[in-house]
Amino acid sequence: MATVQDIAIPDSAARNVQALEDLQDMQGEKMVLNMGPSHPATHGVLRIVLELDGEMITKAEPDVGFLHRGDEKIAENMTYTQFIPYTDRLDYLAPLASNVGYALAVEKLLGIHDKLPLRCQHIRVMCAELARISAHLLGLGAFAMDMGAVTVFLLTFTEREKIYNLCESLTGARFTTSYTRIGGLSRDLPPGWVDQCRKFLAEVIININEMETLLTRNRIWVDRIRDLAVISKEDAISYGLSGPNLRGSGVEYDLRKNQPYLCYKDLDFDIPVGATGDCYDRYLVRMEEMRQSVRILHQCLDKIPGGADNKSREPINVDDGKIVLPPKQKVMSSMEELIHQFMLVTEGVNCPPGETYFGHENPKGELGFYINSKGGGVPYRMKIRSPSFVNLSIIPKIFPGCMMSDTVAILGSLDFVMGECDR
Amino acid sequence: MLNLDLANQLKAKFGDLISEPAEFRGEITVKLADAELIAEVCGFAKNKLGFEYLVDISSLDNYGEDPRWTMVYELRNLSTNAELRIKTDVGEEKSELPSVLGVWATANWHEREVYDMMGIRFRGHPDLRRILMWEGYPYFPLRKDFPLAGKPTNVPEVAFTEITPMEGGPFVTLPSSGDAISREPRVRTPEE
Repeated sequence: MATVQDIAIPDSAARNVQALEDLQDMQGEKMVLNMGPSHPATHGVLRIVLELDGEMITKAEPDVGFLHRGDEKIAENMTYTQFIPYTDRLDYLAPLASNVGYALAVEKLLGIHDKLPLRCQHIRVMCAELARISAHLLGLGAFAMDMGAVTVFLLTFTEREKIYNLCESLTGARFTTSYTRIGGLSRDLPPGWVDQCRKFLAEVIININEMETLLTRNRIWVDRIRDLAVISKEDAISYGLSGPNLRGSGVEYDLRKNQPYLCYKDLDFDIPVGATGDCYDRYLVRMEEMRQSVRILHQCLDKIPGGADNKSREPINVDDGKIVLPPKQKVMSSMEELIHQFMLVTEGVNCPPGETYFGHENPKGELGFYINSKGGGVPYRMKIRSPSFVNLSIIPKIFPGCMMSDTVAILGSLDFVMGECDR
Repeated sequence: MLNLDLANQLKAKFGDLISEPAEFRGEITVKLADAELIAEVCGFAKNKLGFEYLVDISSLDNYGEDPRWTMVYELRNLSTNAELRIKTDVGEEKSELPSVLGVWATANWHEREVYDMMGIRFRGHPDLRRILMWEGYPYFPLRKDFPLAGKPTNVPEVAFTEITPMEGGPFVTLPSSGDAISREPRVRTPEE
């Protein structure tokens, strides 16, 4: 099977510049076209003001902020635990991953992020990887649908439904999971979940393979997105891209490998990177990442301490009454636990003064939390570094010189989510 | 260890302008005494120390203290995984510092966001407009003296404010407090 490197790629960045130069000599009239904020290809509420010369884009100005809710301001006014439900609504296509990232960020401030029980680490890794599969399935399905391949969308949504079922039995909610707690998890794996997950993994691989047969060597698909919107390695780094968009440009950087957290360093997986940085590479990277996530999930299911039903009663929370809520039974019968419960609920987890930054490899890229604490249960300032926001900032760079009809393809390949971009 | 070495190299170059590196949870933070030099320091960090990737720019409002603002830059080297945080203070009456857009292209939107949320201006930024709030919004919502509940403002004008072509036409149901029969378009005469 041919790889991407085998295909001769003309220099598309130079071609775009040439196209713009050719336009200079023509007597065309420029037209300003407003795309969005309610446009199906913008996957939410992104507005792009395009300046067109005929069908050619000469300038693109993205306009974000339609979904701004002031999450950073809200975070300054509540305890660390109370903010967890807000992280569901950052990347609403992969709430479990945002939950994990946020919990780890606060735990880093507390200094316990590397002292979590192994069972908790494994469950969190599984959450993050399930979320990654779910987000990539949606991203690719919507990408393909925007290009006219509706079948793929139906396939991916069938699989996402199963992930929602897994989320439901794991967390009690299909969508707004709020599963993690500072120092652990809200609950252990329910009975039968491991088998349900194994069944899903066997099925999703079949479906991913089917997607591949529909797209990867599909002449229409390849001709449409190959060699389109090439992002060079230097540009990808300079514009701060992260996640599959950075790796699609050939930068081998993944926080799970480069700054391993949880139990990722004990797991065996590969980081796919692209060769040229075009839309097709970003598609291939996401496709392979789903397979790697399945691989990680299999390992976690095999290795998880305590096994499926946790007969040996492995802990899922850190053993610290000042961080994790005590069991309800003890609150009613023991004075110390009652005090801990009372303090945790009224004051929040008492964090030390200081500042930390933690970056989590979310499906869309690096989701970072910069927390500045002056001590106590409430952050003084919390800055959310959202990958979609940063990834979208490259639009004015890559759009000029492309055709109007390419916009949906490029937006689909960048795979952003506005809930996280606008915060 | 690598992070500390790089911070010390930065200190060796700029001397007393860079504070002693502070460590917390394995992260190294240095403070730059003069915010006017931030572009120069960042340029040196990128070109000589290899911090090619700007992770994030955040801002702090030290309300009630002087200087009021603190800028926070998170730097990273993708190949060695070295990380460094540079902080610098900005006074309230000035509220301005040089842009680092010339060093990293990603600073563009980060600086616009800081301007939008805190009202700190960046000299040399070619397009310093609001980004998350709308153009013409009068406040800076992430300042500590801005209430959580917000302040009443005029909402931005919508793009199309003219009446839709069908409004008032003979076949359009009118919104009114009347009963269903009087709102029925077919009973209305066009003169009404």
